[in-house]
Amino acid sequence: MPELSIDGRKVNVPEGTTVIEAAEQLGIFVPRYCYHPGLSTAGNCRMCMVDVENSPKPQIACNLPATEGMVVETESEQARKDRAAVLEFLLANHPLDCPVCDQAGECDLQNYYMSFGLYDPRFGEQKVKKQKAIEVGPHVMLDQERCILCSRCVRFTDEITKTGEFGIFNRGDRAEVGLYPGETLDNPYSANVVDLCPVGALTERSFRFKARVWYLSSTESVCGGCSRGCNTELHHVSNRPHLNDGERLLRVKPRHNPDVNQWWMCDEGRYGHDWIDVDRLGEVRRRTDEASRRQVESTWEAALDGVGTALSAGGARVGVIASAELTNEDLFCLREVLGAHLGARIALPPAPAGGTSDDFLIRPDKTPNRKGATLLGIPDAATPSAEALVDAAIAGELDVLWVFGHDLVELVGAEKTRAAAVGECLLVYSGTNDHATVSLAHWVLPSAAAVEQDGTFVNCDGRVQRVGRALAPYGDSRENRRFLLEIAARTGTPAREDWNGPAGVFATMAEAVGSFAGMSYESIGDQGAHSAPSEALAEAEQS
Amino acid sequence: MAVKVVQRPQLTFWEKLYIPQILCGLRITFRHFFRNLFLHIAHRFGRKTDVRAGVTYQYPEELRPLFSRLRTRHRLMVRGNGAPRCVGCMLCETVCPAKCITIVPAEHPDPDVEKFPVRFDINLGVCVYCGYCVEVCPEDAIRMDTGILDIAATSREAMKLDLHELMNPELRKPVAACGLDFPHQCGVHGGELRGSWEETLAALTHPE
Ligand code: SF4
Ligand code: SF4
Ligand code: SF4
Ligand code: SF4
Repeated sequence: MPELSIDGRKVNVPEGTTVIEAAEQLGIFVPRYCYHPGLSTAGNCRMCMVDVENSPKPQIACNLPATEGMVVETESEQARKDRAAVLEFLLANHPLDCPVCDQAGECDLQNYYMSFGLYDPRFGEQKVKKQKAIEVGPHVMLDQERCILCSRCVRFTDEITKTGEFGIFNRGDRAEVGLYPGETLDNPYSANVVDLCPVGALTERSFRFKARVWYLSSTESVCGGCSRGCNTELHHVSNRPHLNDGERLLRVKPRHNPDVNQWWMCDEGRYGHDWIDVDRLGEVRRRTDEASRRQVESTWEAALDGVGTALSAGGARVGVIASAELTNEDLFCLREVLGAHLGARIALPPAPAGGTSDDFLIRPDKTPNRKGATLLGIPDAATPSAEALVDAAIAGELDVLWVFGHDLVELVGAEKTRAAAVGECLLVYSGTNDHATVSLAHWVLPSAAAVEQDGTFVNCDGRVQRVGRALAPYGDSRENRRFLLEIAARTGTPAREDWNGPAGVFATMAEAVGSFAGMSYESIGDQGAHSAPSEALAEAEQS
Repeated sequence: MAVKVVQRPQLTFWEKLYIPQILCGLRITFRHFFRNLFLHIAHRFGRKTDVRAGVTYQYPEELRPLFSRLRTRHRLMVRGNGAPRCVGCMLCETVCPAKCITIVPAEHPDPDVEKFPVRFDINLGVCVYCGYCVEVCPEDAIRMDTGILDIAATSREAMKLDLHELMNPELRKPVAACGLDFPHQCGVHGGELRGSWEETLAALTHPE
């Protein structure tokens, strides 16, 4: 355990730790371009040069192993001069693109220049022209002029995805990053190079010119694209509806979580958020005419009264098709209000077969919270499949069939769906987006999407993670939890005062469900926490 | 911070006498009165027309000379090919304290320009004429030097300028026809996306 001193502060680090990591432990930030903790060390940008006592010249902190008694200065006059010199070289051929560059505002060239720049440029020479606006793949745009040749993107495709699309070609000031002949940057993790690129050389095509980054608000959340639950940051704009054609969510960025996704996320999850602003259900609808199944707009009051009356009719037989897209809080309310109190049978359709997966992040189950449903005992062993519930509805053995999120046509086919819709059974649908089942329902209750509410998901490894509320519920939609509690009030379920917010529901759930015992929103924090292994889970894993 | 002591001017003995000061003031009043009276009569008979009579400007027939640094209605600079010089960096939109600028940028076909505004609106009813937008623009694409001061309208809608009026300050509401070739959200046609780059790019192979 060598002990070294950085900027006059002592720190003990394990053998083999580099100076840049040791400095990080002390909370000292050494500026860097090519160094990234998730990639191998390249040591080519020279930005992290620090002063080391008894060393004849400055050393790069990213590749300098800490040794006993080392004395490092990161803020000395010499270190600052070195950084200014490095920046001067990096900018020698850098275009004056900041006004049109999507990186501006989160660009490390801009940021470091503000702190260590020369401010009095000495280069009067013609800049080297390179290619601009090259579409290197479906998601990524390359500008060779802006590249500072840090090789992060090259190392990412070599070491993480092992697809090797990128390379650095030519030499000297003609050196440029590019694709190997015949390659396209279309691996499933391609957009991570955009986050890695410290400058605006690699930018996202889907975010291109959509907004300036300083307009964005950020919310910590979890990706709902598959059961891995990669930690994300949602970037959204609420006060400038003219941007991004009115879509509120502008981009998704991965958030560092060493236990789940490290620094990365897949493209499918990153770009799979179009549904949040497209084809959304924004108003309550009611079927007015049995023969034509025509629907008209209705109100929440009417809907809750209508559904509540049907549910509280003596001996009502209720079936629920739940969804693994719901948060734990929603599922718990559903279980308590509809299951425990009204005796509903709750089915949960299994994940469709054939979902893509790999040995890195992507999981075959494309729902974010199946594990959470299992921990909550949904579906329990006695519950029939979704298809059996629909069959029961057709046979007149159910009075109410409440479908959450799923399209019945996909689950049981168009014929059975139609048969269930024309029967005696009251078909209630709650979900976020429009599809075939919606127009067949007696009542359509629009739900808020996961990004429009606080809640938790449990990922495939049993890690409980919080999703954040980035946006207001779309149109007139409401959180499932919220209208389920209204139903509870109308059906005579003892009202739970402490369920008023998601944190309250979670606290009750932590008391009632063993797997969540002792957890709270605070203890989960922004990095998630492991749920206790439960009997239900063990059983589910055995079967 | 250094403190600067400002001495308030004190009244002199002569000023404190009061009555002489009133007479001084009346002298100015009567000078203007008689000058206007006699010169206007003289002008009626075609005399002394080279001497100004009124001490006020006869707006709007007679316009006051403007100082060149005065901030007047905005204009957007135009490239040689008829496209705006603005690159849609949105810095003016960001800095505007009144939040009266609305910009929607889009991809420019020339990768050396990269970006341009398909929509650029300024709501003059909200603008406070601070000039920050001019100050911040990295392309010198927006200026407030048109000398247009007579900005009055009978509706809020008419106070909103779009690309047509900003690129051609001569235009007045209602703008009858759209004269822009490049793609833009055309206010003249209800905000629909119109125009193409073909003609604009052909107009000049090397935009300035
Ligand atoms: S990469 Fe950074 S410094 Fe270069 S043009 Fe873009 S924002 Fe400006
Ligand atoms: S494109 Fe970006 S990440 Fe790749 S070498 Fe250039 S600066 Fe580095
Ligand atoms: S003059 Fe000031 S208030 Fe008016 S548009 Fe420019 S920045 Fe906005
Ligand atoms: S600051 Fe200048 S270049 Fe940028 S958007 Fe405004 S007018 Fe256009």
